[in-house]
Amino acid sequence: MGRAKLPRKSTNIDMTAMCDVAFLLLSFFILATKFKPPEALSVVTPSSVQTKTAPEKDVVLVTIDKDGKVYLSVSDANVSEKKQMLEAINTSKNIGLSDAEKANFVNIPNAYIGAPFSQLKSYLDKNPADLAHVVKPGIPAVDSTNNEMIDWFKAAQDAFQGKKMNILVKGDDASKYPSLQGVIIALKKNDLMKFQVVTSPVPVPIGTDLYNFQQQSNTKAVE
Amino acid sequence: MAEMDTSGGGGHKKGPGVKKGKKLSTRVDLTPMVDLGFLLITFFIFTTTMSQPTAMHLYLPKDVKDDEKNKVKNSAVLTLMLGKNDVIYYYEGDSAQGLKPTDFKKVRDIIIDKKRRTNPSDFVVILKPTVDATYKNTVNILDEMTIDQVKRYAMVDISPVEYNFIKLTENANGVH
Repeated sequence: MGRAKLPRKSTNIDMTAMCDVAFLLLSFFILATKFKPPEALSVVTPSSVQTKTAPEKDVVLVTIDKDGKVYLSVSDANVSEKKQMLEAINTSKNIGLSDAEKANFVNIPNAYIGAPFSQLKSYLDKNPADLAHVVKPGIPAVDSTNNEMIDWFKAAQDAFQGKKMNILVKGDDASKYPSLQGVIIALKKNDLMKFQVVTSPVPVPIGTDLYNFQQQSNTKAVE
Repeated sequence: MAEMDTSGGGGHKKGPGVKKGKKLSTRVDLTPMVDLGFLLITFFIFTTTMSQPTAMHLYLPKDVKDDEKNKVKNSAVLTLMLGKNDVIYYYEGDSAQGLKPTDFKKVRDIIIDKKRRTNPSDFVVILKPTVDATYKNTVNILDEMTIDQVKRYAMVDISPVEYNFIKLTENANGVH
């Protein structure tokens, strides 16, 4: 038959272009990525229209988990302040921590203080590896007669003397208001009138006053 | 040749015994490399945290004695009380009697409506979270203040009388 024989086409495709794209994207993601620090507490933060990013240095972080328990932690860059805080609490509350227990706390990155003064010793006695999995009782803050956050903030204030201390409050969506109220009361007692609430960013809703205001200032800036 | 030979059987073989210096192709099969590339991309996409957490700055007022407190015009005040189950109870002026329930979607219209009707220099929003309000509610309502550009607002503790009103309203509406 006179059927023309089709030339057998190779199934090979030139992968060079695809490879280029893949590695371009790869390099972008490598550069843009920032690993999530392993968090012992998972907290879902509420969203806000704020655009300022949360500071990372000189941070005293108050975490409120979904059950309303309050925890305290200090940014990893401020080990000496962390030590000083624990030292101050140890002396003022007569907890009698051993050096090993202090070191235990200071050496764990991202360690949360999550126990009342009475249980602090047994809490810090634990192996650093176990500490992450232990059920933490939280720092008492809701009860107005026994608000231990007042002492912690005082210790933090002394430790961060001469530095700008950033107080961050990171609360879980589901936690109740009294925990936050307890923290606010403790802050007020120490004359710490400024604090920041950690939120996840959302765009400003269209048509609101803030949106219109931003639009106006943008057009002004362009002109 | 690095390229996979899929053409099946040597198409351009000379005869046996004929040896010719093979011209090596510079083409490399990139398929495994692309595979690897995309594998790494997916890994980085999943581990990346694109959006940095933001911080909302809050300034607390100093505790002052009652007679030193700022006086506000009753007619210019909007009080929002955060209750159970994401409900907001609000009233204008100083009487909690006429309190009405609303939610976080509709509260913006209520604030804007009050804002438009009031002299801007007098307008004050008072926020009173109850013990039943969640942390999310509190932060959302503070954010709402930013969104609606309310210049003056204050977060105060709820009075037992008002909390009673809310309880009564909740009971009447069958909220537990």
